[in-house]
Amino acid sequence: MGDNLVEITNLHFQRNGRPIFDGVDLVIPRGKVIAIMGPSGTGKTTLLRLIGGQLRPMAGQVKVADQNIHQLSPSKLYTLRKKMGMLFQSGGLFTHLTVFENVAFPLREHTQLSEAMIRTLVLMKLQMVGLRGARDLMPSELSGGMARRVALARAIALDPALIMYDEPLSGQDPISMGVLIKLIRTVNDLLGLTSIIVSHDVQETLSIADYVYVIADGKLIGKGTASDIKQDQSNHVQQFLQGLPDGPVPFHFPAVSWEQDLMRAPKS
Amino acid sequence: MIDRIALLGRFSLEVIRDYGKAGQLLWQVIFRFPQFRKGFPLVLQQIYAEGVLSLIIIIVSSLFIGMVVALQGYHTLAKFGASAELGPLVALSVARELGPVVTALLFAGRAGSAVTAEIGLMKATEQLSSMEMMAVNPIHRVISPRLWGGFISMPLLTMIFNVTAIYGAYLVGVKWLGLDAGVFWSNMQSSVDFHLDVMNGIIKSTVFGFVIAWISVYQGYFAEPTSAGIASATTRTVVYSSLAILGLDFVLTAMMIGGW
Repeated sequence: MGDNLVEITNLHFQRNGRPIFDGVDLVIPRGKVIAIMGPSGTGKTTLLRLIGGQLRPMAGQVKVADQNIHQLSPSKLYTLRKKMGMLFQSGGLFTHLTVFENVAFPLREHTQLSEAMIRTLVLMKLQMVGLRGARDLMPSELSGGMARRVALARAIALDPALIMYDEPLSGQDPISMGVLIKLIRTVNDLLGLTSIIVSHDVQETLSIADYVYVIADGKLIGKGTASDIKQDQSNHVQQFLQGLPDGPVPFHFPAVSWEQDLMRAPKS
Repeated sequence: MIDRIALLGRFSLEVIRDYGKAGQLLWQVIFRFPQFRKGFPLVLQQIYAEGVLSLIIIIVSSLFIGMVVALQGYHTLAKFGASAELGPLVALSVARELGPVVTALLFAGRAGSAVTAEIGLMKATEQLSSMEMMAVNPIHRVISPRLWGGFISMPLLTMIFNVTAIYGAYLVGVKWLGLDAGVFWSNMQSSVDFHLDVMNGIIKSTVFGFVIAWISVYQGYFAEPTSAGIASATTRTVVYSSLAILGLDFVLTAMMIGGW
């Protein structure tokens, strides 16, 4: 068993003819919290879906636990996915099930545990995310932050080896953000997981990440520890970290020149 | 000219691709080892959602349809002194055509659209993706029970439609217009053949149920995950199902009557 839980080599991926990844290489070491950052639309969520085997790359390979995930049979892929948890941006909770039943869902699907054991496990997971008291609520009764915490409890229900967070902090108030950031680190360390966080909330993510990859224009433009990234001299990385409106990532969407556009007479 | 040919080619390719995707989906639902322990409760839930919850609209519609057919039929038959044939007229119309076709149209509007919207919304809110990432195949967990639920519900609803429509006709013909109850029921009994009329109607409804359920789950599963995409998928379910029902009705009727 290698030191890296995920190894991505020469990854190429296109969507509607637009290249999303153009030869990306990265590794995710076991037991660490790894942040993948970059401007919107650079394919961070796509990368998680490629790691989870929901999308197939045009070229290159994605190895998870030493297995090329895109060459696995459906049954082996599903077996591997039992060792992964993913927290979607919207939470992805089942709207017709209560909080308790949502967390119990993977246990009921994949284990033969007794009802008493399932109850104990679900309450343990909910206790971990601070929502044991919300077990009987429906997802529609939860705030955005609570929904993500329930989704986190569900994602760790089967004690996975890898957990992937897709924009866990977006749209959260400062308190929810603080709670989620603390939970991500605590869950990772307590359960001995490997965590991948995709985010563009710079300060919060850097505060807990052991290692950071910055992606833009289909390529890795920066990597290192949080302090390495903060000191990176690349204009691209600095524009992203400081939130500068213009720079290598242009403010204007590509278009003909402003003068040309103004001089074009509309057809009568 | 070349542009038009290219456009036609693109359209044809898209149609063929859609049929291929629908066929693949059906294949994955049907040709798999059944898991009764997990699957049976899910199918039961869907029979409730698609069948039991459609009962009100089916019963009310069929009652009125039976009453209208009886009213129209009685006045037309009376012109030829054949009002005693009201029972056979109603029973044959309902068992052969009205029962299966109207139930199917109502079922497509009530249950088919709901199934498409539900699956489409599950897709848009990443519930299907999260299921996949939990190593649960959404085709087995979500699509399959809805398809089987629709397939089983339709013939049952058709039987209920038939019975209620005939009862509506009885209320109008016998209780209101004064036709003799014995004449009404005995003529009906002697004219209606169980296999040729009743069973053929049920076979039709089974085929319609299968097609509606297939269209509904396909449109939901491949809906564009936006509000506009789900709205248009729901509309397509009702339109395609209605056209399929009416087209298949002609084909099945021709086969059953012996024209083919």
